[in-house]
Amino acid sequence: MERYIQAGATAVLIGESRFGMRQPADIVASDLNEAVRIAHSLGAKAYVNMNKLFRNDELPYLPEYLSAVREAQADAIVFGDPAVLMNVRQYAPELAWHWNAEMTGTNSATASYWGRRGAARAVVARELNEEEIVDLKAKAGMEVQIQVHGMTNIYHSHRNLLQSYLEHLGREATLIRKGPDKGLFLVEAERPDEKFPVYEDDNGTHVMSPDDICLLEALPELIEAGVDCLYVESLLKTEQYNETVLRGYRAALDDWQRDSKEYRFNPHLLADIQALQNPNRELGFGFLYKEQVY
Amino acid sequence: MSRSVIENATKRTGKRHRLDKPELLAPAGNLEKLKFAVHYGADAVYIGGQKYGLRSNADNFSFEEMREGGEFAAKYGAKVFVATNIYAHQEDLDGIAEYLKQLEDAGIAAIIAADPAIVETAQKYAPKLEVHLSTQQSTMNWQAVRFWKEEGLPRVVLARETTMDEIREIKHQVDVELEVFIHGAMCSSVSGRCVLSNHFTDRDSNRGGCCQSCRWKYDLHADEESVMEQGQNPFTMGSKDLCMIQHIPDLIDAGVDSFKIEGRMKSIHYVASVVNAYRQAIDAYMADPEGYRLKPEWVDEIGKAANRPLNTGFFYSVPGSGEHIYEAEEKPAPYDFAAIVTDYDESTGMATVQQRSPFRPGMEVEFIGPGGRQFAQKVGDLTDVEGGPLSVARHPLQKVRLKTEHPVFPLDLMRKCIK
Repeated sequence: MERYIQAGATAVLIGESRFGMRQPADIVASDLNEAVRIAHSLGAKAYVNMNKLFRNDELPYLPEYLSAVREAQADAIVFGDPAVLMNVRQYAPELAWHWNAEMTGTNSATASYWGRRGAARAVVARELNEEEIVDLKAKAGMEVQIQVHGMTNIYHSHRNLLQSYLEHLGREATLIRKGPDKGLFLVEAERPDEKFPVYEDDNGTHVMSPDDICLLEALPELIEAGVDCLYVESLLKTEQYNETVLRGYRAALDDWQRDSKEYRFNPHLLADIQALQNPNRELGFGFLYKEQVY
Repeated sequence: MSRSVIENATKRTGKRHRLDKPELLAPAGNLEKLKFAVHYGADAVYIGGQKYGLRSNADNFSFEEMREGGEFAAKYGAKVFVATNIYAHQEDLDGIAEYLKQLEDAGIAAIIAADPAIVETAQKYAPKLEVHLSTQQSTMNWQAVRFWKEEGLPRVVLARETTMDEIREIKHQVDVELEVFIHGAMCSSVSGRCVLSNHFTDRDSNRGGCCQSCRWKYDLHADEESVMEQGQNPFTMGSKDLCMIQHIPDLIDAGVDSFKIEGRMKSIHYVASVVNAYRQAIDAYMADPEGYRLKPEWVDEIGKAANRPLNTGFFYSVPGSGEHIYEAEEKPAPYDFAAIVTDYDESTGMATVQQRSPFRPGMEVEFIGPGGRQFAQKVGDLTDVEGGPLSVARHPLQKVRLKTEHPVFPLDLMRKCIK
């Protein structure tokens, strides 16, 4: 966390898998105070990830956790399950919150629906294109966050699909480590070059994109659209890689801020990232310039 | 609040939103399927309109067909719901209000919506439409259910991940109608939390473009090597289909208000058979809970229409290796839909049927009707409606006469055994 802030992040998303999914590492409730204090001392904000879909028997832990988050003076919590909102209203009404429903945050009317219920920010789906992002931001009337770099979750199940499969094969379940894992991936029969990272943890099975979003070259368009927060996903990457990415985006943003009229994309920043990029994973624009059909 | 306080409060007000008898809710891919679903015992059907539904390839209803479907359903005391369950993008927003008003005008009882943008628009512009929260919202805990109730929704369709115990707890905690899927194909992901289609084919799964990539074959690699050995099955996320026919009493006792069957793309035969079986099970339990016994005929009936292996989803435990389809493709159902009965002459014992797939004299067939009426026979002589002999009923929609061993009624189905 400290290294990422020093590399240029102005906010960090922290948490633990009991409440937040797909965290690169757990920062447990008892360490939240310390973590938030460090982030603040380095001039960064700290948001706490609570983006799980909760079950009845997990609900009793929410008030206590929200108290811990509040006491730690975290800057906001991030979630998509309305159960969290019910608890925020009752136990931590002054706590700022960001609405993040992953793939299902796709339009401005829904963002402002949550905005009118108190959300300070909408985190929108990675599957939107630029035209949609621009229009969404213009109409949502609230802060908007998009992901600019890294892998994305493309499938989440509450099933233990890897364990089940190993059992079917008659293999030892111990073959597969639980939690975010860099060594496991799926290859679809007709797409041998695309490797989809997959892992299983207490929240089920997660399949991740075979390529990494990289919107470094598109930053001016996104800033002009008024996007408020640019998120770099650090999951399943080395710290060195993430630092390089953050430094690149930081430098580009700083260049833009110094003089937006004279701003030119600096290809060295991208080259630095490419030098560390896993050759199996393409850097691309995600859905930014795509048209989808249905 | 303690359990007893809530129970007393409920008794006092007597207004707990619980349907007297659970509703059997069936899919209807088109007007004809709607009629069969209702005729075979559905209390309500859900359909897709021209917009905002998740089955963009289905044979969706026009407003005129919705009106006709609604009038047909009303004769049986049944209702029609429309699925408007996409997650809208910017380009979809204009027109939602107008569309929902048209649904209201067409006499639709409720919409099934996931996106709060659609929920809110309906509440504001089409207040006579009930809004049911779609399973696509992945609602699986009682506090989330309470949130939606407080937002004014009379019904929540729970996530398919919700267990029987959790349903019981939700019903206990929140006074709102609960709908659950009891039968049919399932997303193996948390509903709505899958964009495999978007990545593989640029088709937006949350707007009806799903290409079922979860059922494709994958090679699972661990540390650069495939875990699969020679002759073993590849990895897949594909789930067996849900079937709760053996657990109707549990579902009713847990407080489920609406039993939902999946399958707007399925055939008339499928919808009629599955509805028929669940209708009988629900009626039998409601009539005599103590004396209720599962009839093997109901299970058989479902088996004759199903083409995938079945399981009980998350109701009793997390699905494991036995609940996924690793083997080669699903098998075709053992029976194929052959004809619809359109008329019967009691004096001669001759039925007139409309052909839906070819059949000929000598074939083993079964006739089925609502309430579990059923008998098997061999096809005897066939004639056309003028009495001219036929060696085979070859043409789709062709009217054919044949003798039946027992009386049959219009809208009974004839199916042929596939050996």
